[in-house]
Amino acid sequence: MEETCVLKTGPDACIDERQNSIASGGKNKTAIHCTDDSLAGSVSQRACVFCGARVVLNPVTDAVHLVHGPIGCATYTWDIRGSLSSGSEMYRNSFSTDMKEHDVVFGGEKKLVACIDEIVEKYHPPAIFVYATCVSGMIGDDIIAVSKAASARYGIDVIPVESSGFVSGNKVVGYRAAAEALMKLITPKDGVTIEKTRKLNFLGEYNLGGETWLVRNYLAEMGIEVNVAFTGDSSVAALKRAPGAALNIVQCTGSMHWVAANLEKEFGTPFMSVNFFGAENTADSLRRIAAFYDDPAITRRTETLIAREMERIRPVIRLYGKKLAGKRAAIYVGGAYKAVAIIRQLRELGMEIVLTGTQTGKKEEYDDISGMLDENAVIIDDANPAELEKFLLEKHVDVMAGGVKERVLAYKLGIGFVDHNHDRKECLAGFDGAVTFAHEVYVTTCSPVWKQLKRTAAPEVR
Amino acid sequence: MDGTQQAGRARQVNENQCHMCMPLGGVIAFKGIENAMVISHGSQGCSTYMRLANVEHFNEPVDIASSGLNEKQTIYGGEANLKKAIDNVLRVYQPKVVGILTTCLSETMGEDLDRIVASYVKEHNLDGIDIIPVPTPSYSGSHTEGFWAATRAVIATYARPTEKHTRINVIVPHISPADIREIKRILCLMGIEYVLVPDYSLTLDRPYGGRYQKIPPGGTRTEDIARMPGAPVTVQFGLTCPDALSPGLFLEEKFGVPLINLPLPVGIEAMDGFIGTLQGLGCGPVPDQLALERGWLLDAMADSHKYNAEGRPVIYGEPEIVYAFTRACTENGAPPVVIASGTKNSKLAGLLVPVLSDVEDAPVLFEETDFATIDEAAALAGVNIAVGHSGGKFLTERQGIPVVRVGFPVHDRTGGQRVLSVGYTGTLAFLDRFTNTLLETKYMSYRTRIKEKMMIKEGY
Repeated sequence: MEETCVLKTGPDACIDERQNSIASGGKNKTAIHCTDDSLAGSVSQRACVFCGARVVLNPVTDAVHLVHGPIGCATYTWDIRGSLSSGSEMYRNSFSTDMKEHDVVFGGEKKLVACIDEIVEKYHPPAIFVYATCVSGMIGDDIIAVSKAASARYGIDVIPVESSGFVSGNKVVGYRAAAEALMKLITPKDGVTIEKTRKLNFLGEYNLGGETWLVRNYLAEMGIEVNVAFTGDSSVAALKRAPGAALNIVQCTGSMHWVAANLEKEFGTPFMSVNFFGAENTADSLRRIAAFYDDPAITRRTETLIAREMERIRPVIRLYGKKLAGKRAAIYVGGAYKAVAIIRQLRELGMEIVLTGTQTGKKEEYDDISGMLDENAVIIDDANPAELEKFLLEKHVDVMAGGVKERVLAYKLGIGFVDHNHDRKECLAGFDGAVTFAHEVYVTTCSPVWKQLKRTAAPEVR
Repeated sequence: MDGTQQAGRARQVNENQCHMCMPLGGVIAFKGIENAMVISHGSQGCSTYMRLANVEHFNEPVDIASSGLNEKQTIYGGEANLKKAIDNVLRVYQPKVVGILTTCLSETMGEDLDRIVASYVKEHNLDGIDIIPVPTPSYSGSHTEGFWAATRAVIATYARPTEKHTRINVIVPHISPADIREIKRILCLMGIEYVLVPDYSLTLDRPYGGRYQKIPPGGTRTEDIARMPGAPVTVQFGLTCPDALSPGLFLEEKFGVPLINLPLPVGIEAMDGFIGTLQGLGCGPVPDQLALERGWLLDAMADSHKYNAEGRPVIYGEPEIVYAFTRACTENGAPPVVIASGTKNSKLAGLLVPVLSDVEDAPVLFEETDFATIDEAAALAGVNIAVGHSGGKFLTERQGIPVVRVGFPVHDRTGGQRVLSVGYTGTLAFLDRFTNTLLETKYMSYRTRIKEKMMIKEGY
């Protein structure tokens, strides 16, 4: 796309090295530059490796999450996900070794050991995840050895998570660190066998707003049991039964594709991608799961469920669609699977998608996104506030979907906003979630407050 | 009793943090300088976390760039990355001031920030742009120290020997934009000319309207900071500010500007003290408006004193905040039973002694502590109300103790930037929040509570 981003200084400025990370939609694909480290000084919206690992493992409810580093890493990730638990609330606590100068100079292993001892004495958790951070990684604390010794000492799983933040600014690397930790946890110890069942594991699902429970209820109605979700509302014991599943369904592919591939390799469990964001996606995913089980009764029940739910929500969605048709939407989210799902949902509401971006999308995923959009739409990898501001105004966006940092920018520009981030409190999955999503889009896009803001002094469109 | 019982934390593990990292405080201070932008010299995550924490509190975009250090630079040095970050920030944001805050990572790497900045300045023609590096390793301090260190560094950068003038220096600790606005309003009512540092009353709480600017308008002007050494006096709301980081002490020692360290004007005594100080500086009589506000506060104190007497608060947060609210609660007949800070402070315990000298039961004081400790102490002490930031949410969730939100961060309620607690008006606003929180809890439970108690007594 030409002239999308004119290189100059001043209020319109874009960074020249960022030009290749911005493309236009349409079937004629322009290769977008992605999956690279963030450019220094570009004010990336990305987080770090540690954050990626922490959010993936956070919903393991009865585990202790111990961050080995100075205080900030733990403070900023304390209870930051809206993941719900049916049992233990341990995961909502944030444990830190709170490294001080002395530990940085002389090594932090001793303090780490002491912290693990204290935790075991106080809580007797079934597992402790020990997260490496920039500093503990940099000074070379051997969290693997410390964890191994503690495991042996207490007979529990003390699992090192190799998530030193500086390894990359890309959360995906942290997802991998978490995935490796999970594999360590679920790989049966010598002599332990996990019996195979007909149940399935639900990978890449974090039970935000009870989404795991919602899907579990659908599957129960179909006659399929969920073995364990990775990691929404999971417990250490349930995760250890993961090898017993007959199928792995994978939602957030960015975080869990690697685990699924490994579970297939180690335990022969096949996997398939699913997506429960949006009614169409949900119906499609349920049908494919049913097809896997190849059981006429399951198929029949699945079709009954889909027909009933579709009939129930269709009129509601149609009503919202009437209000929202032709409105212009922007999307900036962490993972591409989520962007794709939101594009589909907003389309179902008759909206035009004029901007889509992700923090961690891969080339193939951007190709898919590009194929879904027309050439007027902007596609952007690892965007920064300046770029988002520019396109939100230039494309006359009415509503944006994204995370907390994007929300305040959208509001400042007088634009509606839908929270689709890891700390949201609403269930956006499944048929009910599709209604909730449509409702939220409507409430913010058509809010009366925008009329007042625009009347006052709308930000100029440059 | 005199003062507090000191409680140490022999524990190693920090469970549910009561403080944030050092560069975060530095960011907030720089955001109070006109046309300033900040770069966090470290890994990408640090800047994003700090943005998130600020965004959730202030409900404002708070842009922070990162030098984005990766594995390679941690071995070979981050100079090239930092220079590129400065390049990009200058191009996109066009700041006049660039604050560079180090992180745990760049400090552990041993980055020589002064040298890198000097070399950047030499290589570029930076007419009218200042780059100010501040070391902020979180393993040596919390956001409190980061705030003071950055404020001091900015003043040290610009302050020049100046002819004597009549504008006083006012230095504020980490308070809300609404509090800063109130202090400015009071100074204005008193007819005092001043320069206030750091002034993020607009930059971190900007009104809607006009073209969106990447660096929000407002903030202390650097020209004004340059003239601070000519001021008759510095009024610093920083009784707990460590000497080594004290901006006011710096101006006193380097330029001979007398320093008056005051408590935050929360509570009538502290506010009277502030007004008294201003009068001592030769301003006119107290204007009617302030006299009225003082009267309304006194009236409210009388109206609500019996309700407040039922309060058994835990007060936690940054040392300056904790000290101010301990005084305000104590003078209203609700002295805290637990006082806590995630920050270690050499002055807090001593300062609290006279404040609590008339209190029957000495409260327990924790420094460098966490919420596991605070929550436990609150349960033991029969706490029924909390005063502090959103970190205390488990007090409510797990023990049903309501939190009157003050300080930073307030991320689970809206309007953290507008929480007003200073001045006569702000104290009154706080007192009403405090009293009404007690009343709300009381009305929700007193019928059941009394019924249950009496029924058992009468043997039903």
